[in-house]
Amino acid sequence: MNSREPSPLTPAVNPGDTLKPPVTAYGPVGWLRKNLFNSVPNSLLTVLTVAFLWKTVPPLLQWAFVDAQWATPSALCRQSDGACWSVISRNLRFILFGFYPYDQQWRPIVAVILLLGLIFFSRDRKYWTKPLAYAWIVGLAAMGTLMAGGVFGLSAVESSQWGGLPLTLLLAVFGLTAAYPLGVVLALGRQSRMPAVKVLCIVYIELIRGVPLISLLFMASIIFPLFLPEGVTINKILRAQLAIILFTAAYIAEVVRGGLQAIPRGQYEAAESLGLNYYLTMRLVVLPQALKIVIPPTVSILISAFKDTSLVVIIALYDVLKTTQTVLSNPEWMGFSREAYLFLALFYFTGCFSMSHYSRRLEKQLSTEH
Amino acid sequence: MPPRRSLSAPSPHETEPFWLDPRKRSVLFQALVLGVVALIAWYLIANTVENLHRQKIATGFGFLRKEAAFEIGESVIRYSAADTYARALLVGALNTVKVAVIGIVLTVLLGTFIGIARLSSNWLIARLAAAYIEVMQDIPVLLQLFFWYALFYESLPGPRNALNPLTGVYLCNRGLIVPALDPHPAWRAIVLALVAAVAVVWVLRRWARRRQDRTGQTFPVFRVSLALIVGAPVLTWWTMGSPRAVTLPTLQGFNFVGGKTLSPEFTAVLLGLVLYTAAFVAEIVRAGIQAVSKGQREAAMALGLRPAQVLRLVILPQALRVIIPPLTSQMLNLTKNSSLAVAIGYPDFVSVANTTINQTGQSIEGVALIMVVYLFFSLSTSAFMNWYNKKAKLVER
Repeated sequence: MNSREPSPLTPAVNPGDTLKPPVTAYGPVGWLRKNLFNSVPNSLLTVLTVAFLWKTVPPLLQWAFVDAQWATPSALCRQSDGACWSVISRNLRFILFGFYPYDQQWRPIVAVILLLGLIFFSRDRKYWTKPLAYAWIVGLAAMGTLMAGGVFGLSAVESSQWGGLPLTLLLAVFGLTAAYPLGVVLALGRQSRMPAVKVLCIVYIELIRGVPLISLLFMASIIFPLFLPEGVTINKILRAQLAIILFTAAYIAEVVRGGLQAIPRGQYEAAESLGLNYYLTMRLVVLPQALKIVIPPTVSILISAFKDTSLVVIIALYDVLKTTQTVLSNPEWMGFSREAYLFLALFYFTGCFSMSHYSRRLEKQLSTEH
Repeated sequence: MPPRRSLSAPSPHETEPFWLDPRKRSVLFQALVLGVVALIAWYLIANTVENLHRQKIATGFGFLRKEAAFEIGESVIRYSAADTYARALLVGALNTVKVAVIGIVLTVLLGTFIGIARLSSNWLIARLAAAYIEVMQDIPVLLQLFFWYALFYESLPGPRNALNPLTGVYLCNRGLIVPALDPHPAWRAIVLALVAAVAVVWVLRRWARRRQDRTGQTFPVFRVSLALIVGAPVLTWWTMGSPRAVTLPTLQGFNFVGGKTLSPEFTAVLLGLVLYTAAFVAEIVRAGIQAVSKGQREAAMALGLRPAQVLRLVILPQALRVIIPPLTSQMLNLTKNSSLAVAIGYPDFVSVANTTINQTGQSIEGVALIMVVYLFFSLSTSAFMNWYNKKAKLVER
């Protein structure tokens, strides 16, 4: 058969031409067919889901945006059908700063901006140098000074008056920075060849991981004062902070242990044959590799530690959750919990989501695979 | 050749200072660590004893036998304020177990469903599942509990205007009220029949496996097991007169009579814990399914296994090895997070222990009890995990 002769069924195609695929295989139509309607059950599922979304999403948007009250007094809110975001906007300063003296609230604002700035600068790995570490130390000290006052002409503010956003961020940031090294030490201790050290670390890690954080917070708030000699007191925030640090460290230790176990024996042996001692082996060879492997699980620990700071509500510290609840217990704003809690959910979501997003990016940057 | 001194000839004790001998150094370091720990412990205990003495706080667990004198909102066993603290704490522990067990079952079901949906070839379903997982994981569970509880007491009407989505099911700010089965001897018999069926299935499986090892003949274990587990209870129900009488809840005065009431506290705790933990379980299930490489399925097919066999003999055992350990730790997390129930007033163990501490002032004993109870849960779970890991470990050359 002569293949040169054009068949009557197929259109004439010159060898150089490219034939376009059928319209159902590319572009929006193709995408729809491939991803939403590729089989009968799937098409049915798509239709049902779209119907469900059609029923639920527009009324929700109507409630949240169209009918919503943004900054009206509560009496107007009660007449409206929409969401009452006024409960947030009208009480924002209390939610964010709690009982911090009203005329001094620029101080927590500056402290929070300082912290956010530090975090912002630490994102990029090219700034991960010694000066940044110093900047963190100076920054955290400055934050503490701003909050507490008593020097440089700033009036002293009791820590019992701290609250809201700065408290949440303080508990999270100090908790994480202190728990990380402690966790690494505990993990090394658990891997140690010295039986006494090993047993101590195992008992500590398993004990802490076995109990809920709330029992440690109870311990910090009601038992800890009994541990101290008469007349010595440590303020409640510091005690809760201690509980969070001790709790988080145990979890970090387990994650780091996973990284240490993943390092091949040859690495230890190579370091030893180079004449490095234990400290140098760990610092120069093992830990840099181990800590890199465990970045993703470490970040998920950091995320849960950030979320767990909300538990201090139960021992009556005024973090953002507690200040919000205080607003909601005010008769004027009673009954707007949905809006207030949704706002807080958005706050926590933003924090956690940016952390997990960042960890995914970092993981990609640090990857040495080809 | 000059005479060489033997390496072992001079004792290292004479030439080396003791800090250069790694063994001695290690002993010294350990003694130092233990000493410091003991010193801190001694200091704290001494302070505590002195403080307790000065503040005249009683010690010991004698309070457990005293009358508790407080009511508990809901209880699995009979309880009144005249009972002892020990019984009150037992009620709390059982409430924790109740919410944890029901929560774990629902979480595994929902999590598996969402995990599979996440891998769906349907773009819309996969996106929705991914959004659910991302959003739910990033909101503190305590906030979620508060949210659901607030939704109950703020947005739902009172009993008189209760929502009535299905016949006999009412939803109002007093909780979720569902119809209850009337007592009948058949119910007990059905539970017994189910237990018996499970036992028979277990024996059957062992027998079938041994027979297959010996003769190579297979036995349709799955189908027979399913028939037994479903059939035995249904048959029992039918032979005992198929009771189907239920009491529908009815509104009397300001509240419902009859039926079973799930309190707002219980429902909110359950809802919050399940929706939160299911997001984590979904990720675990997804990772487990993805961990089995495509070649495994293809190899199994090439061996001539049927699709059901491929799933049961090749895919599931490998996926479960990846899934079970993190899943157990999520179950444990759910149990530990159930302690947050104290914040919305569900009388779980922590809540009852907290009331006990407030009444007796014996905070050390109270917190110790909380820790011991949760440690018991954790250690038994990790014992199970170790057993499973040993059983499921990859057998290598």
